[in-house]
Amino acid sequence: MTENKVIKQIKGLDIAKFRELGLVIFIIILSLAVQIRNPRFLTLENLNDMLTNTAILGILAVGMMLVIITRGIDLSVGSTIALSGMITALTVSTYPDMNPILAVLLGTLIGLVCGSVVGLLISKVGILPIIASLGFMNIFRGLTFMTSGGKWISAHQMPVSFKAIATSKVLGINTLIVIAIVTYIVAYYFINHTRTGRQIYAVGSNPESAKISGINTDKILWMVYAIMGALSGLAGVLWVSKFASAQGDTAEGYVMNVIAACVLGGVSISGGSGKISGIILGTLLLGILNNALPLMLVSPFWQNAIQGFIILIAVLVNALVKRNITKQNLMRRKI
Amino acid sequence: MKKLISLLLSLMLVATLITACGEKKVEEPVTSTEKETKTETETKGEKVKFAIIVKNTGNPYNEKEMEGFVKAIEELGGEVILKAPDQPTAEAQIQMIEELIAQNVAAIAIAANDPDALQPALQKAMDKGIKVLSLDSAVNADSRMVHVNQADPTAIGTSLVAGISEMMGGTGQFAILSATSQATNQNAWIEVMKDDLVNYPDIELVKVAYGDDLRDKSVSETEALLQSYPNLKGIVAPTTVGVAAAGKVLTDKGLKGTVQLTGLGLPSEMAEYIESGVCEWMYLWNPIDVGYLAGYAAAALVDGTITGAEGDKFKAGTLGEKSIITVGDGTEIMLGDPFKFDAGNIGEWKAVY
Amino acid sequence: MAQRNILAKKQFSIKSFFFQWEWLLVIVFILINVMNANISDYYLNPTLLLDATMTFLDKALLVLPMVFILVLGDIDISVASTIALSSVVMAVLYNLGVPMPVAILFCLLVGTLCGYINGILLTKFKELSAVIVTLSTMIIFRGIAYIILEDQAAGKFPKWFNFLSWGYMGKIPFILIVFVILAIIFGLLLHKTTFGRRIFAMGNNIEACRFSGVQVDKIKVIVFTLTGLMAGVTAIFLTSRMGSTRPNVAMGYELDIIAMAVLGGVSTAGGKGRMIGAILAIFIIGFLRYGLGLINIPAQALLIILGLLLIVSVMIPNLKGRFQTLRKVKS
Repeated sequence: MTENKVIKQIKGLDIAKFRELGLVIFIIILSLAVQIRNPRFLTLENLNDMLTNTAILGILAVGMMLVIITRGIDLSVGSTIALSGMITALTVSTYPDMNPILAVLLGTLIGLVCGSVVGLLISKVGILPIIASLGFMNIFRGLTFMTSGGKWISAHQMPVSFKAIATSKVLGINTLIVIAIVTYIVAYYFINHTRTGRQIYAVGSNPESAKISGINTDKILWMVYAIMGALSGLAGVLWVSKFASAQGDTAEGYVMNVIAACVLGGVSISGGSGKISGIILGTLLLGILNNALPLMLVSPFWQNAIQGFIILIAVLVNALVKRNITKQNLMRRKI
Repeated sequence: MKKLISLLLSLMLVATLITACGEKKVEEPVTSTEKETKTETETKGEKVKFAIIVKNTGNPYNEKEMEGFVKAIEELGGEVILKAPDQPTAEAQIQMIEELIAQNVAAIAIAANDPDALQPALQKAMDKGIKVLSLDSAVNADSRMVHVNQADPTAIGTSLVAGISEMMGGTGQFAILSATSQATNQNAWIEVMKDDLVNYPDIELVKVAYGDDLRDKSVSETEALLQSYPNLKGIVAPTTVGVAAAGKVLTDKGLKGTVQLTGLGLPSEMAEYIESGVCEWMYLWNPIDVGYLAGYAAAALVDGTITGAEGDKFKAGTLGEKSIITVGDGTEIMLGDPFKFDAGNIGEWKAVY
Repeated sequence: MAQRNILAKKQFSIKSFFFQWEWLLVIVFILINVMNANISDYYLNPTLLLDATMTFLDKALLVLPMVFILVLGDIDISVASTIALSSVVMAVLYNLGVPMPVAILFCLLVGTLCGYINGILLTKFKELSAVIVTLSTMIIFRGIAYIILEDQAAGKFPKWFNFLSWGYMGKIPFILIVFVILAIIFGLLLHKTTFGRRIFAMGNNIEACRFSGVQVDKIKVIVFTLTGLMAGVTAIFLTSRMGSTRPNVAMGYELDIIAMAVLGGVSTAGGKGRMIGAILAIFIIGFLRYGLGLINIPAQALLIILGLLLIVSVMIPNLKGRFQTLRKVKS
């Protein structure tokens, strides 16, 4: 009996481990191919560049994963980034002595408010997530243009301390990367080891039974959008600090990258499933693509198509490997 | 029962529609008389409507062009209509042209998102007697009467090559970081630069990269240029977002002095990097003047001072007398030469635009 | 007990008829027209109103098949890229000397092929969601358009080609006539045929359909292929409107198209939606944009108004529903 249990556990572990095996293999092959094409790819400097550029995407992917697990979607991410970035940039340009940590908190707070409003409409009023967030995508974008009055906040208007957020280092690692890693760790603990975290999965895999079993589904829904908003707000500050400029059209269309990172990482659009390890791989693949395509020394006109093909092949390979593993497991069970 | 109700309701709907249409017909002569009185006042020279369509909203360069246009039209006593789509696409601009035709404007000045795709719409406007001119980013010669050019593309291209050559000490590799691959202006300037390189045998253009005017893409393209061409000595970015993103990367990587940077950019965006010396100097023209000149040109087209033919002359407010010249297939009004921004003058300009 | 049930059902159906989403849309549509007529002197002019339809009907053509896809519970975000690719292929072929009618045929063919590829990928890899598959084909299709045309534009079409998007039959724009015909065909196909009923059934429960012998894969491939074909049709009209084409044509159309369908009451969760709602939504958004454009409202304000329209109009019936359930629970 106990033996059986142990074996089952090992098998479960195996499947869980191998779930995104296809993606891992694919990333390794892709990296090797790029490395052969351009030996500067796997240098410390380039890897650092790549991870720094991918950190913001990684932070956003965490929030988007939670949203997608509850069978939702948030299209307003890019606009929230722009709004929070713009307001924070305006604030630091007016009060240059402001503590950068305060600026980060301000941006996160703005995002939290944005996300809460979206979440409220989705959970309490019952509007479909795609409509609510599509509407607010427009509204937040319009508000960004209005607060800025059509102007950009440029590098010379921002205090050095604010721009230093994105260039400073903690223990020799760029702060952006550190923030992304911390986000991953906190999120991992939250969704795997807290009651509320597990309830998110419950709501996603079966909302009705979740409700019947006493989970406050409205609260959970509201919470995931609030978290998504807060992370977008945080990302907005980091974005503005990293590029030392706040524009009205900041991060327009960026939401597609975030959704792609999640779905590539095995987060199911139909809800209920998704793992931190998966979205790390998904984010990493997109980050490698963005970094490596210009390095591959191909015509810039080919970059788009190549990127699309690689994403498609990655998805298909991952699906095939998954199929194979399930088949093998089934066969093992027969024996 | 249900069918009956649905029948009744649809009948009611049809009835309201018919009455609505009827009302429209009744109202029509009223509106047309209104229009007649309007045109009467127009001929008295009181409320002529001038419209400007720029590339997209929330872009300070475009805002400044609109500002200049408004200034010119206000000096002349006309009414201004400002239009800017939320995304820089030709599709959105076509819709705006239709809306302006419906409002009986006297002139449309447009900074085009596509040189060819607006042709049917602009021709429709011209057929209705609306004067059409382009500014900044031209439409093709068939879809405009005249183009207000911010600066001679040859002058822009050659100054950029001369600039990067001087910075690099006359020898070495450089790359271009442009906007999107579809950007008409940038493509024209890059062509001039490529042609002009024959005069600089020791300078090699290694790559034209496209940052799509997106911060994130411009940064990763710049980083890729630095990685792929370790001997790279210069970057020319003829677009604001590109040149600022490249400036940021060079600053962060401490490559000031190793890799030179120049291009075209807004002084406000570039002040930081010009003051720090990452970019010794760059070029641009005054977008306010571009809009201002377009405003006066539009007014001159409307009152018949110019027809858009070569040799026509008109007074453009504080810019003095301007004349129309032929460039390629069409005619243009030239604002002047590109202006050089360096550490000496950037301080006074960064607050202006 | 049984009697009460029947009674309740009957009452419900009358009530539900009045409270149907589409009636709300009709009211919104009338309100918008009244508002537009009040804010602009130019609005109430039949010729201009007919002209106004030309500004949004090109993308509206794609809303029709998108309703099918959303009812299936799927989504297709590659449509705008399909437009770009088929438009580019058509223009390039014409510039190579192929006669225009043949080039148009190829445009439709390329669109159909793109849609077919989406359909095949989705049915061969059932574990993949439509989002990720059409996201990658979205990048690929436009990528191929970039490879073909690079930084060039193609065009210089014959004069008659211009007619498609700018011409009139009598006083009515040609594209409006095309739209009406296609809308009727698609409406009948969705609501009056077995094919349409199966689509609804699949949107509600695809497994049940599969087990009850519906050829779900075949239907899915047909729907996606049909969408590709319509993207080709849209490409023809859009290209005619622009007079030339570039690889970046129709950028961002996918969200506009989905927004129209969704405002029309088509649920992205599948199984719900009516063609008439989507058509009303097309005209609501189109006329609202046009009316506000006539008073030259800034783009940022327009964005906010469109966003609010989407949310508020969806909110009203939802709030009502919530209120009713609350009352029911109390009593």
